[in-house]
Formats: sequence, structure tokens, C-alpha cells
Amino acid sequence: MSLRRLLIALTTFVMSTAPAFALQPPAGQSEFVPVDAVPLADQLPAAPLLIAAYAFVWIAATFYIWTIWRRMNKVEDEMRALAQKLPHR
Amino acid sequence: MRKVFAPVCAVTGLMFVCAPFLIARAPYESTMGLVQKIFYFHVPSWFAMFTAIGICGVASLIHLFRTSAKADRISEAAAEIAVVFGMMGLVTGPLWGRKAWGVWWQWDAKLTIALLLEMTFISSVLVRKYGGPGSDKLASAVGIFGLAVVPFVYEAVNIWRTIHPLTSVVPNLPATMGLPFWFSVAAYMMLLLTFLMLRVNLGKRQAALDELYLAYED
Repeated sequence: MSLRRLLIALTTFVMSTAPAFALQPPAGQSEFVPVDAVPLADQLPAAPLLIAAYAFVWIAATFYIWTIWRRMNKVEDEMRALAQKLPHR
Repeated sequence: MRKVFAPVCAVTGLMFVCAPFLIARAPYESTMGLVQKIFYFHVPSWFAMFTAIGICGVASLIHLFRTSAKADRISEAAAEIAVVFGMMGLVTGPLWGRKAWGVWWQWDAKLTIALLLEMTFISSVLVRKYGGPGSDKLASAVGIFGLAVVPFVYEAVNIWRTIHPLTSVVPNLPATMGLPFWFSVAAYMMLLLTFLMLRVNLGKRQAALDELYLAYED
């Protein structure tokens, strides 16, 4: 009877501690191995940089034309307003 | 001018639509790969900036020594346009450098003088906007100073040791890379012409408005 109890206790102990051992993190890196080239997955992709560069040029050109158009409209509005005032003087 | 403006604008738009197709067909550079294609927009933006500075410098000289309102308007327009093209060069360059050199920016001679040139023309625009009476002459002097700096920006890579590619890259381009490059340069020159026509016209209208205000005050 005592042997049976001992076996149950031992089995319970082993089964309860096994997951704790299984969840241990992997062993730390013991050495660094140099390679000549950066792995492909780590390389900075070129396409987003290329697209960003071209997009910026288009946006900057469009924005500048828009600022000229806006300033021109402002000047024309002021000229119209002044032209209306002038003949009445 | 109105008769010329519409065709110039149409040709510029068409060239900017065609340029990416030509660039896409150009071969990859052996060490930099895909990111080197930024070159086809980056270098022409500097060429356009230098041309705008050249126009600004000559117009500034005329205005300083002969006091010409027309030359002043051209100088003002060209200085502003130089800032726009300089901004394009200063943004596209770091995007290329990040991949090619591993850094966004390097304080070497070429890049630093280019940044100073951009700041010179930003200061010229600010002087005109906030300088008050007589600011046109001061801005013209700044424009001439900017023109004097251009050779240093261009030749910096040949004078000092920098990580930037040398100026010999452009004349030695193979035909397959040269065609899209010179097409892009032509597109940028057309864009410069479009900007210049628009901006000079704005200057003319602003001058007419000033005259109208004077007439109103009298």
C-alpha cells in the first residue's frame, strides 16, 4: 500500500514538474558567427524608398503649382475689389 | 505668353508621365540595385536648381546695376523655384543614401554645401517677404552669392573626399542608362520653364495690383 502511494506521489511530482522544464527558454547564444552578407530577410527594401522619392517629387511640384494658383486668385480678387472702388472716387 | 504656356504645360505633363516608364526599363546598377533608380529624379532636380540659380543670378545682376522691374520679377521667381528643386534634391538624396550608404545624411562637403545653398535661397525668399523696402536689392545680392556657391556644390566631390558618387558618373553613363537620365533632365527643364512662366506672371499681376493700390491712394 505504501509502495503504491509512493509511486502515485512520484508520478504526480514528475508530471507536475515536466511542463515547467518544457517551458524553459532555449539556451543563450554561446558564440557569434560572422557572415559576409546581411541575410536577405534583414535587408532594407529599396522599393518603398524609390516610391517615396518619386512621390515626393510629384507632390512637391503639385503643391508648388497649387500655391501659385492660390496666390494668383488672391491677387485677382483684390484687383477686382479695387477696380470696383476706383470709378466711384 | 498665354499661347506658349498651354503647350509647354502639356509637354511637361506628358514627359513626367513617360519618364517613369523609361526609368523602369533602364538596367539595374550592379552594386546599388533598384534604389539607384532614384538617380533619374535626384540629379535632374539639382540640374534644374542650378539652372534656376543661374537665371536668378543673371537677373539679379541686371537688377542690381540697372534697376529693372522685369529682371527683379525673374530673379524673385527663379529664387523661389530654386528652393523647390533644392527641396526635391535634399529629400530624394537621403532616401537613396539610406539604402546605398546605410545612413540618411552624412556631413561631408558635398551634402553640407548643398544644404547651405538651399538655405541661402530660402533666406532670399524670406528677405523679399519680410525685408520691407529695399529688400529686392538685398535679395538680388543673396542671389548672386548663391550663384557663386554653385561651382563648389558641383565640384565638391572632386575637391574633397566624400562618400557621394563623383561627377564623372554622368558623362560615363551607358546608353541604356543615359537615355532615361537625359529624358528626365529635359522633363525637369520643362518643369522649370512651366514654374518660371507661372511665377513671373504672378509677379506681374502683383505689380499691377500695387499700381492699382497707388492709384487708389492718390
